Amino acid sequence: MPVSYRQVRDWVRAFAAAIAEHKEYLTELDAAIGDADHGINMNRGMQAVLGKLDADESEQGDIGALLKSVGMTLVSTVGGAGGPLYGTLFLRMGASAAGKQELSAPDVAAALAAGVAGVCSRGKAELGDKTMVDALLPAAEAVESALTDGVGLGTALGKAAVAAREGMEATIPLVARKGRASYLGPRSAGHQDPGATSSWLFIQAAADTLAAGTCDRAE
Amino acid sequence: MKKLINDPADVVSEELQGIAAAYPDRVRVMTNPNVVVRIDAPVAGKVGVISGGGSGHEPMHGGFVGLGMLDAACPGEIFTSPTPDQMLAATKAVDGGAGVLHIVKNYTGDVLNFEMAADLAREENLEVEAVVIDDDVAVQNSLYTAGRRGVGTTVLAEKICGAAAERRRPLAEVARLCRTVNENGRSMGMALTSCTVPAVGKPTFELGADEMEIGIGIHGEPGRERKPLATAHEVVELLAAPIVDDLPFRRGDRVLAFVNSMGGTPLIELYVVYHELHRFLAGRGIEISRNLIGPYITSLEMQGCSITLLRLDDELTALWDAPVNTPGLRWGA
Repeated sequence: MPVSYRQVRDWVRAFAAAIAEHKEYLTELDAAIGDADHGINMNRGMQAVLGKLDADESEQGDIGALLKSVGMTLVSTVGGAGGPLYGTLFLRMGASAAGKQELSAPDVAAALAAGVAGVCSRGKAELGDKTMVDALLPAAEAVESALTDGVGLGTALGKAAVAAREGMEATIPLVARKGRASYLGPRSAGHQDPGATSSWLFIQAAADTLAAGTCDRAE
Repeated sequence: MKKLINDPADVVSEELQGIAAAYPDRVRVMTNPNVVVRIDAPVAGKVGVISGGGSGHEPMHGGFVGLGMLDAACPGEIFTSPTPDQMLAATKAVDGGAGVLHIVKNYTGDVLNFEMAADLAREENLEVEAVVIDDDVAVQNSLYTAGRRGVGTTVLAEKICGAAAERRRPLAEVARLCRTVNENGRSMGMALTSCTVPAVGKPTFELGADEMEIGIGIHGEPGRERKPLATAHEVVELLAAPIVDDLPFRRGDRVLAFVNSMGGTPLIELYVVYHELHRFLAGRGIEISRNLIGPYITSLEMQGCSITLLRLDDELTALWDAPVNTPGLRWGA
């Protein structure tokens, strides 16, 4: 069963709820190696997104337009580096899903891959730089390779959430090479990256919402 | 947290209303998105000069909007970059047909948001050039960091580029001057106490009663080293020596010496610092031909100071001396 418009909207709402729940935690992580605003900024942005979605209870709609609207809202409300990076993530996913009323499993993989590629190019970051990319890139790759192996979307997203979490945890010993944390040099090691942490929440929210009712029972 | 505010969530919007009420002769304040704009913008045939960044550094940037300096400023949330829709609105509001210069401090958020804004502006056929200021010698520049932070030289670049634009220099020329200022300016700061972001409610970092942080960033980012508290004499050595050695400034150079308060340090201490800096530079054969002393690029209520030196030539000196009339900086007009 393909992913519906409603499920994508649920994904966005679940991400917003996770950000709200972990707002203080994200800000604490950021205080250690950044400027102590990641949780505050992301929550402000996702609350604005929720406000826009408030009236939307439709079952069907253009998923690309929905994701694009989320991206534009984040770009104009988050600020910091998170605004353009998460904005680009959603805008590129929206472009990938443009005009689609539902997403097949490969559509989901393609949208994620496009979004993550956008984040990499906007932030000029690579794996191991201690950024969002460390959670997002392994997650996008896990979805693709799991689907290639023939598993259902639910299992693939479960693997992605595990990969994102591992990627997030793997940022702890890293020395940051991008963003404000990079100014700390070796002093940035020993701290988990806040951007990778919010990115794990984003992937975990996908696993929690998009997989419901999909075709894992075929396995 | 002890602050003269109403609600932490309203600090920036209420500050902007205060600026609008205080300086209706010089600026108007747009909301949704927030932009402080020069009252007579756009000025036909003049390059528009805009900047922006997180709030909490007042008077930078909104206090530098007016004749001879910025045409518009985009204030973000406290210590948070403004957003591309603000920068796009500012760019449109000041475009007098000669293009718009974006002066960007080198922080990942500022750079990414200004890049997105420049993309959006060019899609609307606006002519935009961006120059990134990265003058903080506390941060070693390398391929493996986001590069040097943009600090005190930003204020000087805004003044000098504003003066050049006022003289109707073309965009490429104003941008070249901005790069020249950045190439010849170096800064370093220090903190005696932390600052507290209103929405966070507790100090950004802990510093013991007998400690200081050398190389502090303007958002409370840690610097080069934490040391036992020292005298103004020793602190000036710790800040000025790396600045002079970095460019390097040489015997016979004329400089603008900018001694800046981080917000909580009073003018009396800045004069003590200036006295030490004057002696230090005289010892190296460097002549201070212009100065700026006061709180111009602050970090909320942080105690501490920064020193910026800009090597001057006749062109930069003339542009520095040109009339300026903004809420935060005014002479000759």
